[in-house]
Amino acid sequence: MTKAKVRNFFMYVFLIIVSFISVFPLYWMVSAATNKSAEVISGRLIPGTYFLENLKNLLANQNVGGAFANSVKYSVILTLVSLVVSSLAGYGFEIYHDKVKDGVMSVILLAMMVPFVATMIPLFQMFSKAGWLNTTIGFILPTISTPFLIMMFRQSARSFPHDIMEAARIDGLSEIRIFFQMFIPTMRSTYAAAMTITFMNAWNSYLWPKVIMTDATSQTMPMVVANLTQGYVTDYGMLMLAVLICTLPTAIVFFCLQNAFAEGITGAVK
Amino acid sequence: MSKPKKMTLSKKHNLTGWVFLMPGALLILFMSFVPMFRALLLSFKTGVGAAMKSCGILNYTRMFQDTVFIQSIKNTFFYLIIQVPIMLIFALILASILNNKNLKFKGLFRTMIFLPCATSLVAYAVIFRSLFANNGIINLLFVKLGILDQPYAFLTNVWSARIVIIIALLWRWTGYNMVFYLSGLQNIEYSIYEAAKIDGASAVQTFFRITVPLLKPTILLTAIMSTNGTLQLFDESVNLTDGGPANASITMSHYIYNMSFKYVPNFGYAAAMSFLILVLVAILAFLQMKVGDKRD
Repeated sequence: MTKAKVRNFFMYVFLIIVSFISVFPLYWMVSAATNKSAEVISGRLIPGTYFLENLKNLLANQNVGGAFANSVKYSVILTLVSLVVSSLAGYGFEIYHDKVKDGVMSVILLAMMVPFVATMIPLFQMFSKAGWLNTTIGFILPTISTPFLIMMFRQSARSFPHDIMEAARIDGLSEIRIFFQMFIPTMRSTYAAAMTITFMNAWNSYLWPKVIMTDATSQTMPMVVANLTQGYVTDYGMLMLAVLICTLPTAIVFFCLQNAFAEGITGAVK
Repeated sequence: MSKPKKMTLSKKHNLTGWVFLMPGALLILFMSFVPMFRALLLSFKTGVGAAMKSCGILNYTRMFQDTVFIQSIKNTFFYLIIQVPIMLIFALILASILNNKNLKFKGLFRTMIFLPCATSLVAYAVIFRSLFANNGIINLLFVKLGILDQPYAFLTNVWSARIVIIIALLWRWTGYNMVFYLSGLQNIEYSIYEAAKIDGASAVQTFFRITVPLLKPTILLTAIMSTNGTLQLFDESVNLTDGGPANASITMSHYIYNMSFKYVPNFGYAAAMSFLILVLVAILAFLQMKVGDKRD
């Protein structure tokens, strides 16, 4: 009994230390966003009252409003289009599968191994020729359809009951309506997981926007945060406020969909 | 239903399937495979814009004399070899602790450890850059505790810069992998663990004899994902250390970006380097799948 108690005690201590390390940098970010840079440097860890001042400096320094709006626009459009295209493809591969389609699917999975830097330069050349620099289509096109999402939806379509489909067909429902009216509502948790992953990737993407968003007015939120570190003297209060603003949308999506995300992954690794 | 009619129905379904998967498949063809092929062609050329001309394998021979590129390969593999195993082992340990049914505050611990995943990559790189800055809180703490006499320039010393990148990566991704393992563990009957306990198996034995073998497919998945991600590391190298000091912590993707868009653009050479990454990713994924199969 005592041995188990000692072990339990160390387990909790370990978990508390790991949790502290996980949370502390984020806490520090929030507290720094509300303090003066000099106070942050002196090690102040409690939230202060300098938040509005930091916000004023930040808005004067960078086009945060524009970048935030851009990021929201690009990420939301990419997420919606990507979910429809990828889930339709995953559904098509599984429900109507035959040898040829399975073969095509294995080729698509190979695309997972293609690192982005290997396609970045030709994509940049193609997109600048097409006049897609600084446009939403330029941002979203390379990542609308991803092997990972197609695989995820193909996996989930495997558990879509065939007799329900047959019943719907007998009732005269067209194939596309079976997809929209029956598959999508049944697979809500897969969609939630896919949405979390896609939105976060879209919001976080940095290399591709850095390549094609050459105009200051098309910049995204992560680009603005990166710009702020370029000066010689860092205003920590202002910088951490920008980091906080950049983190809020992904944090909100993460909190709303955390359980669905875990559930969707459970389905994917089964 | 007569036979010919059934044939047309299955043909119709076959066609519907193709229509459904076509947009996704075509996008992957034109956004992955076509550019990849064009990168291969580009890698045998030199020059800028319309004045590009063929140069044989010059770009490939140049690579092996380019000390910065060799440094970037060394750095990337250093991050890969040190960070990925530590992270995956750590994530496995955390997941098996959190899978314990009698643990209190399980949800709270899980959420806190998963929390770093909510931050954007640029954001967390900037947070760590600030924490480890000369006037950052880590230096402040170390000086106050008497561990250091004066602030240490973590980000401008060769080894400490590399280690800070590894610490940051561990912070950001351990919880992410842990969630995969927790999900995998949910597919394992909990009664197996209870039976092992009754049979007197120790925690370490249970971990190596039950958890690790049963989670093998998930471990393989996370290993491939992390390897792939680490070989393409970019945001951290740019925003945490800016590849410095003097390219000592630069990653391959970062150097290729610089070669394409920061210095005088040299698309041909950059494409050749990117092709080497492609080959490396393919080889490593193949090896991991082989190793994964063997342990069966």
